[in-house]
Amino acid sequence: MAGKDPGTTDTGNQFSAPVPRRRVVEALLGSGFLATAVAFFYPVLRYLVPPQESDLGGDSVVAGRVGELKPNSGKIFRFGQHPGLLIRTAGGEYRAMSATCTHLSCTVQYRDDLHEVWCACHNGMYDLNGRNVSGPPPRPLESFEVQVRGEEIYVRRRREA
Amino acid sequence: MSVWHSLRDWLNDRLEWDDLIEPLRKKAVPLHGLSYWYFLGGITLFLFVIQVLTGILLLLYYRPGANEAFESVQYIMTQVQFGWLIRSVHSWSANLMVFTAFAHMFSVLFLKAYRKPRELTWVSGVVLLFLVMGFGFSGYLLPWNTLAFFATKVGTDIAGQVPLIGKPLMIFLRGGEEVTGATLTRFFGFHVAVLPGIATLLILLHVLLVQRLGISVPPKLEVEWNANPAMKREMKFFPNFMLRELMAWYVALGVLGALAAIFPWNLGVKADPFVPAPAGIKPEWYFLFMFQTLKMIPSKIWFIDGEVLGVLAFGVIGLVWLLLPFFESEDPSRTKRWITGLAIFALTYVAGMSVYGHLAK
Repeated sequence: MAGKDPGTTDTGNQFSAPVPRRRVVEALLGSGFLATAVAFFYPVLRYLVPPQESDLGGDSVVAGRVGELKPNSGKIFRFGQHPGLLIRTAGGEYRAMSATCTHLSCTVQYRDDLHEVWCACHNGMYDLNGRNVSGPPPRPLESFEVQVRGEEIYVRRRREA
Repeated sequence: MSVWHSLRDWLNDRLEWDDLIEPLRKKAVPLHGLSYWYFLGGITLFLFVIQVLTGILLLLYYRPGANEAFESVQYIMTQVQFGWLIRSVHSWSANLMVFTAFAHMFSVLFLKAYRKPRELTWVSGVVLLFLVMGFGFSGYLLPWNTLAFFATKVGTDIAGQVPLIGKPLMIFLRGGEEVTGATLTRFFGFHVAVLPGIATLLILLHVLLVQRLGISVPPKLEVEWNANPAMKREMKFFPNFMLRELMAWYVALGVLGALAAIFPWNLGVKADPFVPAPAGIKPEWYFLFMFQTLKMIPSKIWFIDGEVLGVLAFGVIGLVWLLLPFFESEDPSRTKRWITGLAIFALTYVAGMSVYGHLAK
């Protein structure tokens, strides 16, 4: 047997078919490595995804107090983690909508000179109902329901009918 | 025998030091009217080293986190001795580095230095340019001021426009749905650990390739020199060219120091997620051409959102840019004219849109 490559076939012995044996060992080793790699990378990949945060504050927040806003003005309020825009129109009516521009998510503001909602980043315009009227925004701002209860102005998400 | 000689002999006995630096001695730099452009890569490398050094210094006092970042930079600028200078050098050097990297890329493009066998040098260089822009984008947020906050909102939202992987990519970058303190921590990690690690490896590869392949000769000159080898003119890299390069670094250091001291970098106003974006908001100058393009694309083109189309277009252009050498002819006398045309168009577009973006309201 001296000088013989340990991986070659000894045709006289039916139990030592070495090519399949080597394959089996390679497959075992390979799948072992693969399993180790998965065991390493799966937790790492999951770790990279930030945990979902519960949107505290629910569906309804106090956006301001009566008398805080003059007619023809607006303010940003916190709606959970997101900014919202509360407007008092020149006629004294309250409107509320998301303040996150639908173009590239800058925070919009009320322009009292134009009576419109404006995004300073890319010059997007919305009307007082949040409809996108000019510039790059592709969609309207989500509009919210406004209720005045006593001294407080409540804003809540519109329920699907 | 001087100390230097005995040290060299000691090293030679053990490491065969002279063999190691032999390739540097053989290396030569082609001499012609445009040889000055060969300095730009080296200057970019020099500015990168300045970034690493000043970055480490800033790390001694900087604290990431929405409640601390702005205050810690303010502390660096007002309380720490020469803190304002270190931060100003870091900001100025970053901007100069972006500029020299772009200039280096365009010089390589116009001198057609990306041709075979230097395709991989080009690819590694373009990836490095993208990394430099990544450094700029991630570092910009770290002082946590209003401009940076909205720039990051817009920038990560642009990443979010990519079809299929956009949303998960955006959440990964922001560390959540919105730009918050979690985003700041992530960007800090990218800026001081992930990007420097990748960039250092790629710079090593890039410089190694330059070393291995030698310095390219513009195609016209290559044809002439091949036809008549007596016309060939070269300068030894070591020490002749290197000493000139060192002088260029010295000048760069002077310019950097003067800019940093005479025009100290501003800190701005602390970011507040619940105020509107201020009027006249603009990104850093090297993103202006993309910003202005996105501003001018209509909201809908056919049935696709304008910004999705814009982002896809920039992605495709970036990919074509990366693979540009593979479209070029191997024969120096038949280089592709359309690539030169594209380069002129790209330079004009980037410069024109940047100026327009700067002037536009």
